Amino acid sequence: MALRAAERSDLPSERASRLVRLGLSPHRWDHLIALAGNPNVGKSTVFNALTGLRQHTGNWPGKTVARAEGAFLHQGARVKVVDLPGAYSLQAGSTDEEVARDFVLFGQPDVTVVVVDATRLERNLNLVLQILEITDRVVVCLNLVDEARRRGIRVKAKRLAHELGVPVIPTVARRGEGIDDLLAAALAVATGDRPTHPRRIGSLPAPIDEAVRSIAPLISEEFPELPNLRWVALRLLHGDERVAAALGSGEIGGLGGELRPVAAHSEKNGAHPGGKRVLQAAVEWRGALGSGLHDEFAEALFDEAARIAKECVRREDRRSGERLDGRLDRWLTSRVFGFPLMIGVLGVVFWLTIAGANVPSQLLAGLLIDDLHPMLLELAGSVGAPWWLSGFLIDGVYLATAWVVSVMLPPMAIFFPLFTLLEDFGYLPRVAFNLDSLFRLAGAHGKQALTMSMGFGCNAAGVVAARVIDSPRERLIAVVTNNFSLCNGRWPTQILVATIFIGALAPPHLAGAVAASAVVTVALIGIVFMFAVSWGLSRTVLRGEATTFSLELPPYRPPRILQTLYTSVIDRTLIILRRAVLFAVPAGAAIWLISNISVGGTALAGHGVAMLDPVGVAIGLNGVILLAYVIAIPANEIVVPTVLMLTVMALGSPELGEGAGVIFERDSLGEVAALLGAGGWTLLTGVCLMLFSLLHNPCSTTIYTIYKETGSGRWTAVATLLPLALGFAVCFLVAQLWRLGAA
Amino acid sequence: MTLADISPGDSATVQGISPRCDGPARLRLLDLGVVPGTVVQARLESAAGDPIAYDIRGALVALRREQAALIAVTSAGARGEPVGADWR
Repeated sequence: MALRAAERSDLPSERASRLVRLGLSPHRWDHLIALAGNPNVGKSTVFNALTGLRQHTGNWPGKTVARAEGAFLHQGARVKVVDLPGAYSLQAGSTDEEVARDFVLFGQPDVTVVVVDATRLERNLNLVLQILEITDRVVVCLNLVDEARRRGIRVKAKRLAHELGVPVIPTVARRGEGIDDLLAAALAVATGDRPTHPRRIGSLPAPIDEAVRSIAPLISEEFPELPNLRWVALRLLHGDERVAAALGSGEIGGLGGELRPVAAHSEKNGAHPGGKRVLQAAVEWRGALGSGLHDEFAEALFDEAARIAKECVRREDRRSGERLDGRLDRWLTSRVFGFPLMIGVLGVVFWLTIAGANVPSQLLAGLLIDDLHPMLLELAGSVGAPWWLSGFLIDGVYLATAWVVSVMLPPMAIFFPLFTLLEDFGYLPRVAFNLDSLFRLAGAHGKQALTMSMGFGCNAAGVVAARVIDSPRERLIAVVTNNFSLCNGRWPTQILVATIFIGALAPPHLAGAVAASAVVTVALIGIVFMFAVSWGLSRTVLRGEATTFSLELPPYRPPRILQTLYTSVIDRTLIILRRAVLFAVPAGAAIWLISNISVGGTALAGHGVAMLDPVGVAIGLNGVILLAYVIAIPANEIVVPTVLMLTVMALGSPELGEGAGVIFERDSLGEVAALLGAGGWTLLTGVCLMLFSLLHNPCSTTIYTIYKETGSGRWTAVATLLPLALGFAVCFLVAQLWRLGAA
Repeated sequence: MTLADISPGDSATVQGISPRCDGPARLRLLDLGVVPGTVVQARLESAAGDPIAYDIRGALVALRREQAALIAVTSAGARGEPVGADWR
């Protein structure tokens, strides 16, 4: 977004450095608005309405898996909005909550807008009351008032504002209602034009109150500018390590109005002696208070929340929406229909994806590969580019990219919107609800059902989605096993091989159905491996009880079809495609190079094939396939064209292909079948290739994503090598048994 | 009696969470509003029978049986609308 006004220069440098640590660029705005709220209250919709960005919003808890930011100009002022992950509280029970808490506390937003769901006000007030303990500058966005009205719930916003001591703005963010008022109120609070008198919890239980009263003055002595002494004291009594660390290092001193350079000082010395004294006192009090502190604090908050809700919420006896939801839930989670309906819905999604992607895929391939590729070559020839340059760039880099785009884009552009519609409607949490008992037996979390389904679209997306799982152990299991979901990039290989080798075994009118069921079987084998490996991990290296399980089932909401189409194409499809293209470029280059650089009269690729052939044959494959998988680490999509290209080269009959190192597509299945037959492929090769395509290392995009998500090289290695080892083992076994049977 | 003993449609008043449930699991339950005095209604059994979704302070939250068994409750009247039954 173009921001023309001159940069404001009075941003305190200490705050700037803190924001950099939180991943924000520290300049270029006048007002910083943080959006906080429970999961699934329409926070991201409010964000979109405020910023005009079409950021994707979902209908499952914890959907805002990464923090989104947006900026805009408002009456000459630059406003930046940060959408925080959903949080039930600031106790930082999960990664998402930690991000939200750290930002509200250490990011020092000019105003925090807390989005609450008018239909579930009482529970939402818990977070509001906690945030009011930290900061005065709060505006409450009372969202989903239309949904509440449908359910016969009326919230008196004025009364609520009076009770909380901060502005309360009713909104229907989906339709943009109330957003202007919200922005005006937020900016008025941010600038101090509209003073607030936030409600602080009046009645702490006596022993806690005593402890807070004796610690707060100590903190105030060391950090006189700190505005939220009581809260900091409470956090210390709770044993909050992050706050304790901030106090011990003196970092927390910068949180007051007047900033002083404590952080710079402490970074040199690594400690703040005054802070240490406070910590010591807190530790002593904690010992005296015992362990019931969390409980009592939570009770005090909810007593207050219940009291406020009673004052402000009126219920009418008109609950048609509730009855409809109840009826839907009884069907979708029924013992009899729950599982069949789920399999049916997911089956339709996959069928639509595969069947629907065919035509646009061929159109794209026709355009990018059949038409544009020769044109580019001609153009290169006419400007006199040397053969190696046009070969490298056009036959190598361009063609691999074109292939990835034409194979990958259509299915993703169909799968992700469908997935998003189910998500927005509220069905996916019910899938997790239904499948949880299976995941529980495997020692995993029910929400892994969601990351698994997402993995069928793209494993990298599935790995990122695992952030919705609160407990680290279960999240790691979901990350490591996501690769067992047969992703979009592998479907083309599966379908092609199944059609040529397995469909051909059946009578012609059944061939399609037989091939399709072979692919489904492979996908199901993947699910079995996912459960088995989850079970194995949770019994060995990731042993432990499920640390937390709670799954909120949001009310059903009518999905917005057009917006979903738009946002999921922008948000998921294009991002993943961009990454895939980034990785396809070097792969295309590598393919061309190894085919065109010769050592001792044979191309590098030829040496590679010869070297890998013994291993390949032992596991039912061949050297060509293994080399293709080495080259195709960047993207599974290019396995098929690479195999074809290498086969042609290995056969040494260039008239079949288009030249060394040129990825190409055969127009008819018959030609491909004949080519593979000439390369020595049998039914065993086909079966083993289908298994190996399921069980091998994740693509490099996914590996990179796993590393980013886990921050651990060790777990990245496990997630990469474990499926590969399984692939070798399974294919070896199948090949040996097959040959025994044939002998 | 624990929360695991109440059947769908029935309500109960929370007495407390067992000390055996601690750490993040306990925190999460507290954050969701499982505190003494909260009226909880069992709403929905999943297709496999476990977990069960409860109406807790106006929100529908699924808990596994083993967790529900750690929450002590007393009966709050059968088959009635619970006090906080406004989840939708």
